[in-house]
Amino acid sequence: MKIKIENARVVDPANNVDQMTDLYIADGMIVSLGTGPEGFSADKVIDGKDQIVCPGLVDMRARLREPGFEYKATIASETQAAAASGITTLCSPPDTIPVIDTPAVVELIRHRASAAGFAKIVVVGALTKNLAAKKISEMYALKNAGCVGVGNALKPVADGLLMRRAMEYAASHDLTVFLYAEDAFLRGDGCAHEGQMSVRLGLSGIPEIAETVAVSRELALIELTGVRAHFYGLSTAVSARMIKRAQLEGLPVTADVAISHLYMADIDIGEFDTFYNVRPPFRSQRDREGLRAAVSEHTITAICSDHQPHEEDAKLGTFSDAEPGISCLETLLPLVLRLVDDKLVSLSEAIASITHKPADILGINAGTLGIGEAADVCIFHPQNDWRVTKEKMWSEGKNTPYIGWEFSAKVSYTLLDGRIVYQDRL
Amino acid sequence: MGYRNNVQLTPDKRLKHFLSIEGLPRSILVEILDTAENFAQVGERAIKKVPILRGKTIVNLFFENSTRTRTTFELAAKRLSADVLTMNISTSATSKGESLLDTLNNLEAMQSDMFVVRHASSGAAYFIAKHAPDHISVVNAGDGCHEHPTQAMLDMFTIRRHFADFSKLKIAIVGDLHHSRVARSQIHALTTLGVNEVRVIGPNTLIPNEMSKLGVHLYHDLCKGLRDVDVVIMLRLQKERMDGGFLPSEKEYFQTFGLTEQKLSCAKPNAIVMHPGPINRGVEIASEVANGKQSVILQQVTNGIAVRMAVMSMTMGSHLAAENKS
Repeated sequence: MKIKIENARVVDPANNVDQMTDLYIADGMIVSLGTGPEGFSADKVIDGKDQIVCPGLVDMRARLREPGFEYKATIASETQAAAASGITTLCSPPDTIPVIDTPAVVELIRHRASAAGFAKIVVVGALTKNLAAKKISEMYALKNAGCVGVGNALKPVADGLLMRRAMEYAASHDLTVFLYAEDAFLRGDGCAHEGQMSVRLGLSGIPEIAETVAVSRELALIELTGVRAHFYGLSTAVSARMIKRAQLEGLPVTADVAISHLYMADIDIGEFDTFYNVRPPFRSQRDREGLRAAVSEHTITAICSDHQPHEEDAKLGTFSDAEPGISCLETLLPLVLRLVDDKLVSLSEAIASITHKPADILGINAGTLGIGEAADVCIFHPQNDWRVTKEKMWSEGKNTPYIGWEFSAKVSYTLLDGRIVYQDRL
Repeated sequence: MGYRNNVQLTPDKRLKHFLSIEGLPRSILVEILDTAENFAQVGERAIKKVPILRGKTIVNLFFENSTRTRTTFELAAKRLSADVLTMNISTSATSKGESLLDTLNNLEAMQSDMFVVRHASSGAAYFIAKHAPDHISVVNAGDGCHEHPTQAMLDMFTIRRHFADFSKLKIAIVGDLHHSRVARSQIHALTTLGVNEVRVIGPNTLIPNEMSKLGVHLYHDLCKGLRDVDVVIMLRLQKERMDGGFLPSEKEYFQTFGLTEQKLSCAKPNAIVMHPGPINRGVEIASEVANGKQSVILQQVTNGIAVRMAVMSMTMGSHLAAENKS
């Protein structure tokens, strides 16, 4: 199918493009920008008036809950939600059941994704067998199966020697290590940021040092082993500064932040609202501002949804009993664009943080509208007000604190390999 | 973002649920104390019953063991002529939220009017209040490390019976502030009632630094902290804190923060000594102090009944007021 998107503002940060123009798609690829190739006759013309066309979004970290947690969500349901949110590539951490520590599980996920046909899924393989933090995984096999890197999801590797060996081994296979920085002992049984709020509510606290001590150890090990490493979801201002220093010293480290950590702080827990139970926890307002600053000065280059859909019961309980996480695919783009309204980043920087920057970290070909690239495209209306409601959510997980929030950016079309996988009912 | 409306109060600012001291205005706390004063006289009569809650059903939901709190709640309900049902539900069977909600739904089906809840998780009483139907009042009998508001109010009641004016008082709370729901409620009650100074005393492992933001002064030396104090509130030290994680040993704790007669002499001569019970003699408090002239520990237990009667009648009264209006 040949598609022409006309009269749109095309924003493609990977190629330094931001202009009013036409985009031509054929055979699942971007074929031209501006003027159509000779003899191009479009099967479909999309009117891009007042709309922005950008690469399909690349979400660094999203739980799809399959295999293993199909009662929460499935690959089919969550990739459809992704399509409705302009997301065309998702990266799944390895904490499924079974864990992504064999090529078979990678294959299964890829198969389910292509059967559903709404979005592409890439996966991070397990750093240790069964994520048990006892033995390093068969990284070579995982790499050959297509894993973009290895990590231990939310399971900390307390044993420093094992982490050293895992990093050394990953480095010898040129694999990126994805790190969730949390010292298990310092976290203890904590469920909320250790601060005024946890003290007032009597919730056991997760201190800032649970993250910074872990970041500090990992940075030392990265320096020693020379592995390429990416830090998942920073939550404190201090750890963002530590990453910045490491980058200045030339260490091969990158970092992302979950979009909600740029908006929420521990005080939002209010009266034990379990929708604000997340890992790492929402921290102080000062931390939130520190993370925003780190995004603005490009210490943190990628922003992700950290999508974690849950069944209703997972959040129906006391704060410490609730399962952490937010169903966030559908609010990723509008929340990131709010950062532009807040004058934190430019439109082009905002789009880069959810397209080619995460794609670069994952080492995949995505997040660009370059000629000859796959036609994964997101078209959105920047001024089409809508409100988040449970009923209208596509994700199986309705666990979001953004119910009732008003947004202005709304996806109108999503294209995957030149196919329209989502079209807004106008 | 920010705070929702106070779920504890009805739109016309009456006490509907009693979940935490934090967030309640001074006027409500004073009303509880004044109401309790009236009920205290009921306890001194030969017939100790009043018909205020006749025909009402109160369910004590204890997800965590307790003898004293449970029995005084039972007694308070019975003296108000309510029907009382006490359920001891082992926490292991209800560690998941869905079963907490299931338990709740079952009890609603029994047409009860009030839940008195004790639970090991902070926020459990809030959770139940949010999910219970509108006609049910919820009273927090202790939730995790969060609050134990009736205990704090009976302590305020006891203090007020000894000292007429809160604004002149210096009060010290000694022990495991970190894990104490009683202390959190006491701090909010004392600051709301406008005492001159609240001090907390204990080792750093048991007093989080952020506690100072609750309006208290931190002390790490018992004698210094007790100087010129009018009221000494000792907290119970849980056995599991003494295994080396927070404190090296019972013996060392008693040497440093145990209240002996000698240490008590640092406080004002007429200072009273309180403890929410049950006490660990020789751990946080010496026997001669617990049994001594300055101890008001048993008065606290007696006062607990009147204060709980006050809270129950006020929360149930908020529904009657609403019914009368409509």
